[in-house]
Amino acid sequence: MKLEQRKDLLGLRDMSRKEIELILDTAIPMKDVISRDIKKVPALRGKAMVTVFYENSTRTRTSFELAGKYLSADTVNLAVSTSSVQKGESLRDTIKTMEVMGFDLMVIRHAMSGTPHYVAKNTKMRVINAGDGTNEHPTQALLDMYTIKEKKGTLENLKVAIVGDILHSRVARSNIYGLKKFGCEVRVVGPTTLMPPEIEKLGVKSYFSLEEAINGVDVINVLRVQRERQQSGLFPSLDEYARLYMVNTKMLSKAKDDVLILHPGPVNRGVEISSELADSSQALINEQVSNGVAVRMALLFLMMGGARDEINN
Amino acid sequence: MQLREKNAIMDEMAMKRALTRIAHEIIERNKGVENVALVGIRRRGGPLAQRLAARIEEIEGIKVPVGILDITLYRDDLTTLSSQPLVHRTEVNFDINGKDLVLVDDVLYTGRTVRAAMDALIDLGRPRCIQLAVLVDRGHRELPVKADYIGKNVPSSKQENIAVYVQELDGKDGVVIQEIVDS
Amino acid sequence: MRLIIKGGRVIDPANNIDELLDILIADGKIAAVEAGISEVNTETIDARNKIVCPGFIDMHVHLREPGFEYKEDIVSGTKAAAAGGFTTICAMPNTDPPVDNFVTASYIVDRAKILGVVNVLPIGTITKKQAGSELSAIAELVDAGCVAVSDDGKPVVRADIMRNALEYAKMFSIPVLSHCEDIDLAKGGLMHEGYFSTIYGLKGIPTAAEELMAARDIILAELTGAHIHICHASTKGSMDLVRNAKARGINVTCEVTPHHLTLSDEIVGSYDTFTKVNPPLRSSEHISALRAALQDGTVDCIATDHAPHNFESKDCEYELASFGISGLETAIAVVMDKLVNTGVLKINEMVGLFTVGPAKVLGIDKGSLTLGKIADISIIDPEARKVVNPNDFYSKGKNTPYKNMELKAWPWMTIVNGQVVYREGKVI
Repeated sequence: MKLEQRKDLLGLRDMSRKEIELILDTAIPMKDVISRDIKKVPALRGKAMVTVFYENSTRTRTSFELAGKYLSADTVNLAVSTSSVQKGESLRDTIKTMEVMGFDLMVIRHAMSGTPHYVAKNTKMRVINAGDGTNEHPTQALLDMYTIKEKKGTLENLKVAIVGDILHSRVARSNIYGLKKFGCEVRVVGPTTLMPPEIEKLGVKSYFSLEEAINGVDVINVLRVQRERQQSGLFPSLDEYARLYMVNTKMLSKAKDDVLILHPGPVNRGVEISSELADSSQALINEQVSNGVAVRMALLFLMMGGARDEINN
Repeated sequence: MQLREKNAIMDEMAMKRALTRIAHEIIERNKGVENVALVGIRRRGGPLAQRLAARIEEIEGIKVPVGILDITLYRDDLTTLSSQPLVHRTEVNFDINGKDLVLVDDVLYTGRTVRAAMDALIDLGRPRCIQLAVLVDRGHRELPVKADYIGKNVPSSKQENIAVYVQELDGKDGVVIQEIVDS
Repeated sequence: MRLIIKGGRVIDPANNIDELLDILIADGKIAAVEAGISEVNTETIDARNKIVCPGFIDMHVHLREPGFEYKEDIVSGTKAAAAGGFTTICAMPNTDPPVDNFVTASYIVDRAKILGVVNVLPIGTITKKQAGSELSAIAELVDAGCVAVSDDGKPVVRADIMRNALEYAKMFSIPVLSHCEDIDLAKGGLMHEGYFSTIYGLKGIPTAAEELMAARDIILAELTGAHIHICHASTKGSMDLVRNAKARGINVTCEVTPHHLTLSDEIVGSYDTFTKVNPPLRSSEHISALRAALQDGTVDCIATDHAPHNFESKDCEYELASFGISGLETAIAVVMDKLVNTGVLKINEMVGLFTVGPAKVLGIDKGSLTLGKIADISIIDPEARKVVNPNDFYSKGKNTPYKNMELKAWPWMTIVNGQVVYREGKVI
């Protein structure tokens, strides 16, 4: 299995279990590098990558930039709000500009689903999807899986509950695709108005009761609630949401004793997760962030480390 | 590309003798092993370093620290390889600052692996010195690198391959010359 | 000026004809349809192994002129129609300005007379500027040549306005063509809501958005006794509504498009903007229902909803791309290859859905090979195989999801008013 034969990483839906395993295995030595005094290796010296975020994100963008820098790649952030995008430049032209500047890889986040796919089709650069609309967020799912595997020793056949706005969650989709490839029992739980149609056809079980959903699970992945969903009439109020779906310490008795709590951040304390739980040792929110750098290093190395003439569509 | 075995250069016994001799030389050169640590280069340098440490312990009664170095992220040929090497962990679980480090590898050839290994080591700390022990030196250096301890000098042609087998990874011990035959 | 079409399989559902016959055209009219026509010195077309039909009618075409000539104009659009086997097309009024007055309607009629390759019948808007609040001057529009009214592209949101439009249109015996879409339910939607919208992470458009409006308009047709025509019906529920309404004697007709009959929402996964269309490509369950409705007569005609776009409107993020498929030049081949060649439709049924079917909906004197009628004729080569290549389109709109698909059975010749306007790949 070689990842360099894949030009782009657009989602986990079309990724094989072997590819995911390679990324997770490669992230282990990368995490060692981050823990050293000298957090830098020359592996991607002479490579250049650009992060283009059409949607705000501090942690994902920083994580990618840092991952590139630790591997000695030159990393540049295209500040979308201050660039010619604001002057009405088309996406195609922006991509072309980045390509002729010589970037080997582009990391893109976009509020519209499928945009990284469009970009990938129109450039020789390798493309990593850092979150597209309500479609996928593959690197978040990879770091979630890495974090689970690190703690549990395996991903095989675990029971994982994903809680919250499944309808709009790219994190949920990527996690479902990834975890299902390892035989996990994935449960999704949230209000009916935030549950996508025919979700069970993805091989998951859907619940409306949080208590039932977390019964006996190894992992609870708590999604962030976007306030604008309430404004568009999908649920009555944040209070009511919290009443039904906030994960707190008390209710963990239903889950396994060693249940892990994940959250992609940033956290709305007191809405989707209680403050007490967010700060507890079971919550791996900070580990997720540091593992995110290691997983992205692995991905960047695996995608850019090979010979350049390998790149083709 | 196919390889055909041409000549056996070392058998199990010859390897054992060579390693024993190198162990003695390390002790002698460093006037004891109080400050010595061994670091094997993945993959076959690892078991060889373990064996050297065992010999040294037999001779001196001192356990020297042994680490394993993965040099993949330091290779200078990453961008030209058509197939990517797997990255493994570096396991050097002791402080290398101020140590007399002996790098251990199976074959010394162009010197590029050793260059990468030295860079990797220096990113881990600042040893007092770095020495190099190899089981086979086959010549054809492309960088100014010289081994301090050599099991056997094997003059070879570039059309040949030197294969080192170790019990721990290959189920047998021995060194053979292989010939590249076009199929 | 005389022309003989010799030896073809003549299919004229309006006259129950399906046999090997010759056709004589004289002075632009059908002069004879019988076996063994032969005249010395008259140009004769060898139509052996071809299917000779009344000229095909597409009652749902966006010609884009005036206002959006960069997407299509009357010249390119009518050439595309001729190449697609159509002799008559209806031009939707969502132009700029919209066709809500005599002058704009006349402009289209006049331009089409001078420059058009096929017959163009304009459709007027239901409401002024398609704004949904005041009725257009429908009498003027009919005077100028409009054969129907429609606010296609958007729904008539207010039920009272739709009711008035139906009542008013009744005076002119023209149908009201309804674009059925509840804009609140459909808001932000990009594709059919269902399994594939879930896995592609694109906001779905529920079938209810179409069906709610279809139901409302059928109820209003019942109330007023007027003729409602459901444009581009795409769901099982719409078919059930129309079937039921017809059984109850309500004056309702409907059309379906070739793409809704042949492409499913699964293909949206490529995020290829050419798959983006409104109503959206539906799931296979709906495709089956549309096909069943074709077979049982619920569907009156097939129309392309030809919606050509310029490159930039489709070369962008999926969400930002314009809705629409350029359909004129693939419609016949798609329906022949995917429905007739596969046995879903009999060839006579297919011909009916493109000829007498739309002619009846519109109440126009076209769609047959009756003696003395204008000689509009479409000839199909059932053996021709071709890969769809949008670069060969006469239409300015290259936006087709059938790109690179090989299809068998293509338009071979198109005759308008007795004149050959298209022959074997070339508009003349």
